[in-house]
Amino acid sequence: MEKITSLADLKRIKEQVQSKIKLREQSASAEKLVQIRVGMATCGIASGAKETMSFLIEETEHQAIDAVITQTGCMGYCYAEPTVEVTLPGRQPVIFGHVNRERAREIIDRYIIKGELIDGMIPVNFKTIDE
Amino acid sequence: MSDYNMQILICGGTGCKASESEEIRNVFNDLLGEYLLEDEVQVVTTGCFGFCEKGPIIKVLPDNTFYVHVTPADVDEIIREHLVKGRQVERLLYRDPHSHEVIHDSKGMDFYKKQIRIALRNCGFIDPENIEEYIARDGYLALGRCLSEMTPEGVIDEIKKSGLRGRGGAGFPTGLKWEITSRSVADQKYVVCNADEGDPGAFMDRSILEGDPHSVIEAMTICGYCIGADKGLVYIRAEYPLAIQRLKVALDQARAYGLLGRNILGSTFGFDIELRYGAGAFVCGEETALIHSMEGSRGEPTVKPPFPAESGYLGKPTNVNNVETFANIPVIINKGAAWFSAIGTEKSKGTKVFALAGKINNVGLIEVPMGTTLREVVFDIGGGIKGGKKFKSVQTGGPSGGMLTTASLDTPIDYENLQAAGTMMGSGGMIVMDEDDCMVAIAKYYLEFTLEESCGKCTPCRIGNKRLFEILEKITAGNGKEEDIDKLRMLSHVIKDASLCGLGQSSPNPVLSTLAHFEDEYLAHIKQGRCPAGKCKALLKYVVVEDKCTGCTLCFRTCPVGAITGERRAPHFIDQALCIKCGICFEKCKFDAIELA
Ligand SMILES: Cc1cc2nc3c(=O)[nH]c(=O)nc-3n(C[C@H](O)[C@H](O)[C@H](O)COP(=O)(O)O)c2cc1C
Ligand code: SF4
Repeated sequence: MEKITSLADLKRIKEQVQSKIKLREQSASAEKLVQIRVGMATCGIASGAKETMSFLIEETEHQAIDAVITQTGCMGYCYAEPTVEVTLPGRQPVIFGHVNRERAREIIDRYIIKGELIDGMIPVNFKTIDE
Repeated sequence: MSDYNMQILICGGTGCKASESEEIRNVFNDLLGEYLLEDEVQVVTTGCFGFCEKGPIIKVLPDNTFYVHVTPADVDEIIREHLVKGRQVERLLYRDPHSHEVIHDSKGMDFYKKQIRIALRNCGFIDPENIEEYIARDGYLALGRCLSEMTPEGVIDEIKKSGLRGRGGAGFPTGLKWEITSRSVADQKYVVCNADEGDPGAFMDRSILEGDPHSVIEAMTICGYCIGADKGLVYIRAEYPLAIQRLKVALDQARAYGLLGRNILGSTFGFDIELRYGAGAFVCGEETALIHSMEGSRGEPTVKPPFPAESGYLGKPTNVNNVETFANIPVIINKGAAWFSAIGTEKSKGTKVFALAGKINNVGLIEVPMGTTLREVVFDIGGGIKGGKKFKSVQTGGPSGGMLTTASLDTPIDYENLQAAGTMMGSGGMIVMDEDDCMVAIAKYYLEFTLEESCGKCTPCRIGNKRLFEILEKITAGNGKEEDIDKLRMLSHVIKDASLCGLGQSSPNPVLSTLAHFEDEYLAHIKQGRCPAGKCKALLKYVVVEDKCTGCTLCFRTCPVGAITGERRAPHFIDQALCIKCGICFEKCKFDAIELA
């Protein structure tokens, strides 16, 4: 990794990263690209987030779904761990709670493949600093 | 993709469920069938919207219409008007409590969101092990601006203007602390991040470090620039292995990108950070004890002054701040002090993260603007009390804090108001209690914790707390005397006055606070030998109701200590001397023939 040596450099890298994300979202396969984030803080992991994450990776691969699956920190919904956020192309992110293997399968089969909403989605109940 | 044109989201949070949200869903399903709309409209139950007071709540997609206080009888009108004709049902829309205007548009739909995430802005959004995701969300931009566009004084001024106060407990103004440390003259200074987080039930700092470690690294570096330090230390408890690992990964990445090390971002300023592990002693969260622990000495507090800002780690000027305090810094620089200070109350600016726990439906991590009321936290965001029980109190400030009762439900939460109510902000633990919690037992629980954690240096703290604990034990065992109440009060004040550090000075707070609000419960234990909440085992008495007992012998067979005797088909008897009050017979009896006397 080349070091960032000035503020301008930092801003350039920021734009590069952002456009990398955009590019991914607008690429030829983007229509199908699904982004999945699994809450992997201590609370999530203790409730089985690791198993959920590996299952999501296996199952999306198995079903040939074009998905980027990453880990993230605590979303704050500790009562509903493991929590998973799914962003379908062109749609608002949706958060699901209590995602064990069965729920993960339901999310893939119903939400990701068919675009139907599923019971138990968690509404975003906070504002961000950009609002 | 899905064939549905519209979706009805029905809040299935516990609060809304209690007020008929399930029935509403059923009516929707039935009527949608009658209107032949079931293939076009999908009905889904969601988790809690955090606006339970206005429940049951329904949201219609894609137009984002938000209906409040919906009843099953309203469903037909929603379908006829809204779904069929595309006209909102005006009377069910939310009305702004101040302007009384009805909220129609989807843009104004944030009114139900009581939280603002500043310190938690990246938690749950970015991959904490990928610095690029942090950079993509303005990460290190604040540091870049400070180093190339602002003087250290300018940065300190901005922090001072923002009104940010320490989130570690005491609420000292952060800008002022940085200014004091910056004025100390020395060949070496240090920035220390206090990640000891010892309050039972608190996990705010852990979550920030696990979800967004770079925000703390960036802020510590900015602090170093301001006070003239080139070295930072994070004091973190070894019981936080995941937070430690994420911090390590983040530090390595920051170094690789040149964001730590020499000549950061082309400036002459250099900074690096090391980790120091704590063994998990509560007192080591106190800043002087923390510093001694880092130096390899016993983690015991020492007298202030000298404050760490003058003489801290290795005798050098040291700026100690809490994790959450640091996490706010980059946002203040990026969005400006005015933006930050517009949030909150007169003397408490910004937000506070709370770890909401106890008898509450939505246990979790929340971040609310200062000035939010306890009622909003408990009944909206927290979704109310578990199992429909009655709210009794909220404990804040951990072992140093006290109880807030129904009387405080509408008090805006900020440093001053909490103090006036006899507790404190603390680091952010918030434990909710219901009618089944015994306040004497709660006070005893916290004292037991303090007893374990006292470093033992001061007699009032070491021995006084032990005596306090013994009196509470006596009371919960049913052996209390009326004069014990005065003794508790007197001893508490002595301990507060004569202890060296914050631990001892605040350790009697749970006792004083429960005494102030729930003296009647103490008296019930002492005078009537009764625990109103039914929690103190020694005061419980399980007895057989002879009329109801069929002599089935089930209790006789399940009692683990053989305290129950009796013939088949004849009333049984519990020997109180043998009974260990485990309650198994009470649970097992099919005829409600065992009572709690
Ligand atoms: C017994 C005791 C325990 C403390 N524990 C912590 C802690 O776990 N985390 C923390 O940040 N501050 C803790 N503090 C407060 C620190 O002494 C210090 O005030 C704080 O770290 C300063 O940072 P701030 O100004 O950013 O809040 C504790 C204080 C006392 C008396
Ligand atoms: S008050 Fe208690 S914890 Fe604090 S220094 Fe004295 S003995 Fe130690």
